[in-house]
Amino acid sequence: MSNELTIHGESVVSHDVHIEHDVHHHHQSFITKYVFSQDHKMICKQFLITGIIWAIIGGLMSVVFRLQLGYPDSTFPWLEDILGKWAKGGKLTPEAYYALVTMHGTILVFFVLTGGLSGTFANFLIPLQIGARDMASPFLNMLSYWFFWMASVVMISSLFIETGPASGGWTVYPPLSALGDANLGSMSGMDFWIVGMALFVISALLGGLNYITTILNMRTKGMSMTRLPLTIWALLFTAILGVLSFPVLLSGLILLFFDRHFGTSFYLSDIFITSTQMALPNEGGSPVLFQHLFWFLGHPEVYIIILPAMGLVSEVMAINSRKPIFGYMAMVGSLFAITILAFLVWAHHMFVTGLNPFLGSVFVLLTLLIAVPSAIKVFNWLTTLWRGDLQFTPGMLFAIGFVSIFISGGLTGIFIGNSTLDIHLHDTYFMIAHFHLVMGVAAFFGMFCGVYHWFPKMFGRYMNNTMAYIHFWVTLAGAYLIFWPMHYEGLAGMPRRYMDYSGWSSFRQFGALNQFITDVAMVVFAVQLMFVFNFFYSIFKGRRVTSTNPWRANTLEWTTPIRPGHGNWPGEIPEVHRWAYDYGKDERDFIPQTEPLGSNEQHH
Amino acid sequence: MSNIFLFAILLLGFVITFQIAKASEYVGILKGEKKNLEQNNRINGFLMIVFLVLGLIGVWWCNDLFKGRILGEAASDHGQKIDQMLYITISITGVVFFITQILLFWFSFKYQHTENRKAYYFPHNNKLELIWTVVPAIALTVLVGFGLMYWFQITGDAPKNAMEVEVTGKQFNWIFRYPGKDNVFGKKYYRNISDKDNNMLGLLWDDEHSHDDIVVSNTMYLIVGKPVKLIINSRDVIHDVGMAAFRMKMDAVPGMPTTIWFTPLFTTVEMKKKTGDPDFEYEISCDQICGRGHYSMRGEIQVVTEEEFILWRAKQQPNYTEVMKAKEPPSTPVAGKDSTVAPAAKLKLNTTSKLVAQTK
Repeated sequence: MSNELTIHGESVVSHDVHIEHDVHHHHQSFITKYVFSQDHKMICKQFLITGIIWAIIGGLMSVVFRLQLGYPDSTFPWLEDILGKWAKGGKLTPEAYYALVTMHGTILVFFVLTGGLSGTFANFLIPLQIGARDMASPFLNMLSYWFFWMASVVMISSLFIETGPASGGWTVYPPLSALGDANLGSMSGMDFWIVGMALFVISALLGGLNYITTILNMRTKGMSMTRLPLTIWALLFTAILGVLSFPVLLSGLILLFFDRHFGTSFYLSDIFITSTQMALPNEGGSPVLFQHLFWFLGHPEVYIIILPAMGLVSEVMAINSRKPIFGYMAMVGSLFAITILAFLVWAHHMFVTGLNPFLGSVFVLLTLLIAVPSAIKVFNWLTTLWRGDLQFTPGMLFAIGFVSIFISGGLTGIFIGNSTLDIHLHDTYFMIAHFHLVMGVAAFFGMFCGVYHWFPKMFGRYMNNTMAYIHFWVTLAGAYLIFWPMHYEGLAGMPRRYMDYSGWSSFRQFGALNQFITDVAMVVFAVQLMFVFNFFYSIFKGRRVTSTNPWRANTLEWTTPIRPGHGNWPGEIPEVHRWAYDYGKDERDFIPQTEPLGSNEQHH
Repeated sequence: MSNIFLFAILLLGFVITFQIAKASEYVGILKGEKKNLEQNNRINGFLMIVFLVLGLIGVWWCNDLFKGRILGEAASDHGQKIDQMLYITISITGVVFFITQILLFWFSFKYQHTENRKAYYFPHNNKLELIWTVVPAIALTVLVGFGLMYWFQITGDAPKNAMEVEVTGKQFNWIFRYPGKDNVFGKKYYRNISDKDNNMLGLLWDDEHSHDDIVVSNTMYLIVGKPVKLIINSRDVIHDVGMAAFRMKMDAVPGMPTTIWFTPLFTTVEMKKKTGDPDFEYEISCDQICGRGHYSMRGEIQVVTEEEFILWRAKQQPNYTEVMKAKEPPSTPVAGKDSTVAPAAKLKLNTTSKLVAQTK
C-alpha cells in the first residue's frame, strides 16, 4: 500500500507486512492520484467537492431571487455591480429572475442532489461496504466524473452568454423552451442547457452501470444480497432507476433540439408569436409529449435523489441507536416497491395538462400507492429509535431531522397526488413547499448525515462538533420557518414562478411573510457556508481519527486502515459471516460482519 | 457604507463562532471522549424536546396567523368539493403528522444515551409491519375514493345548458370569445392571426358562424348560477387558466384545446360583501411559466346576473363587425346598411332565461 496515502493518519493499526499482489504498489503522479484518478475514493471526493461548489452557486441564486420576492419594492445597487444589464437600477429584470429560478432548479436537482449525492456516496461506499477493491470498471468510473465535470463547465458557461442561460423553468417545457423569439433564455442558453444535460446523462449512466455491476458481481465471500447494508440496497435501486429513466430524458431533449434547429414539429403546433407577429409553419406536434418524456425521468429522478438519503439515514440511525435498523427485509422490500412504482406515477405531474381524466385517475391510484412503502419506512425508523441507546453525533442529528422533514414533506405529497386537490394546488406555493421539504431539505439532511458520519473514513479526521450542532439546529428550525408557512400561500392559490405579487388583489396579502421567509433563507444560507468552512478546514486541521472504527460500526469499511489506500485492504479482503445490524445483541455492543457465527447464533 | 458594516459584523460573528467551536473541541478532548459525548448528548437530547414543543406551538401559531388569509368559501360548485376533499385530507394527514412527529422527538429525548441505558435488540416484527402497512393502505384508499369521486364529477362532461366561452392565452394576456347568437363558434386557423388587422384569434371570415363571435380581452363575463364550459387554447406557449377563487385551473396548450367547466356561485358584488373587500375582483392568473410576462398576465372575471350579462353582451361589437368597419373607407354611411352585422337587438336567449326576445 503506498505510503503517501497514509501520511496524514497516525494509524495505530499495525500494518500487515504480508503484502498481497492485489495491492497496487506503483508510484502515482499528482495527476493520476488527484486529477485523473481511477480510485473510487478519490472520485467520490471529486463528486463531493464539485457538488459543494454547485450547491453554493445554486443556493446563492436562491438568495438573490428571494431578495426580489421578499423586498419587491427595493433596489440593490450592488446587484447591478455584479449582474450588470440583468439588474438595471439594482432590480432584477424579469429575464434575469426567470433565468435564476430556472438555473437554481437545474443545478440543485441534477448537479447537487444527483451528482453530488449519488456520485459521492455510491462511489465511496459501494466497494468498501461490499468488500471489493474498487469498482468493476475504475476507468468508466473516472469517466463518469469527467463527464460530470464537462457538463458542469457547459452549464456554468451558459450563465455568461449574451442572451443568458435557460429561463423557462427547470422543467423546460416547449414551446417556451423551443422558441427563442418567445423567451430570451430559449436562445443559445437553451442549447447550452441541452448539451450540458446530455453530458450529465452520460455521466449518470456510466456511474449507474458501474454501481449495479459492482454490487451484483464483486461482493466479497459471504456477502449475500441479504447481508448487504441498507446503504448498498438503496444505491443499487437508485442506479437501476437512473439507468432506466435518464435515457428517456435524453430522447426528449434530442427531439427538443430537433424542433429548435431542424424544423421538426415534435412539440410544436399552431403557434403565432406576438413579438415577431409571425405564424410558425409547424403543425401536428404536441407539447404534452415533451411533458411525458420529461416526467418519465422527472419522477424517478426525485426517487433517485431521496433513496440514497434514505439508505444513509437507516445506516447512521442504526449505528447511533446501538440496535438494528428495525425491519431490514421490510426496508429492502419498501425500497423495491418504491423503485417499481416510481416508474408508474409520472403523470401525476400532468393532472392539469388536459390529460384524459381516466388516465389521471389511474395515476392517482398508483401515486397514493407509493405512499405506503414510504410510510412503512418512517414507522421503521421510529421503531429503530424506540428503546435505543441514542448517541447524538452530528450524523445522527441529521438522520433524525431527515425523518421529521420527510414526514412533513411526504404528507403534503398526499394532498397533491390526489388529482382533485391538484387542480387547485398545482403550480402554487404548496407545490414549492412540498418539493423543497422532501428534496431541498430532507435529501440534503441525508447528505449532511452521510458527510458528517463518513468524513472520518474519507479524510482520517473529524469535523468540528460544535459547528455541526449549530449547523443542524439552525438549518432544521430555519427550514421549517421557511417552508411551513408557504403551504398557506399555496392554499391561497398563490402561483409559483411569479416575480412580483403586488399587481394581484388575490395574492398580495403575503408581503410580510415573503419578507420573513427571505430573511430566514439568508440566515440558513449563511449557516451552510459555515458547514462548507467546517468541511474544508477539517480536511486539513480537523481532530485526527485514532482508531479504525470510531463509531463502533459493523460494516466492512471500518475494517480498513484509517486512511485506506488503493485496493482498500492491505491484506486479504475480509470474509463476511453475518448481516450488518448486530448491535446490542446478546449483551454485546456490536458484532462486526466479519465475525463468524457463534454456536448459539442462527444463520442470518 | 452600511453594507460594509453589515458584512464586517457578519464576518466577526462567524470568526467568534469558529473560535468557540475550536475551543470547545479542545475542552472536549481534555474532558475525555466519554464525558464529552455524554454532555453533548444531554444538550442535544434536551433540544429535541424543546424543538418539539416550540415546533408544535409554531404550527398552531402559523395556522392562527394565516387561516384568515387563505381563501374563504369556494366560489364555485366544484370548488366546494375541492375544499371538502382538502378538509378530509388535512384531518387524516394531520393525525399522522402529530403522532409521528411527537413520537420522533419524544423518543429522541427519552432514549438518549445515559450511563445505564441498554439498547433493546429488536430486529423485526412481522405483525407490526402488517399493521402499519394495512392501516395506511386503508387511509389512502379512503382518500383515493373521495378524490376520484370528486375528480370524475369535476372532469365529467359539462351540463347541456352550459354556456361556452373560449379562452385563449398569449404572451402576455387573455383573449375571450363568445359564440354570439348562433351559439356556434366560427372556425379559425392560427395562420390567419393578425394583431394589426384586429384578428387576434385568426377567425375565418368565410365561415358565417364567425360573424357574430364576440372577442374581448382581459375581462371575461360569466353568469352566476349558470354552468360555464371554458374551451381553452393558446396562441404561442403553454399557459394556464388559474382561477383560485373557484379552485379551478387548466393548461392552455397551443395546438390542443382543453376544457374545464364549473358553476360560479357568487357574483362579484356578492363577493365584495362576503370578503369585506370593496376592491375584490375574481382574477385569472397564468399558472404555467410562459416567459418574462408570466407574473403580470392577469385576467379578470366578472360574475354577474343574467340580466347584467345580456346588457353587457349587447354592448359588444362582434369582431367581424369591427374588422369590416376598419376596412371600410371613411366616407361610407353608417353600419345599419351592412348586412353582415347581426341585428343587435334580436337576441335569442337560452331556455333558462325569463327575458323575452325583443326586436328593435
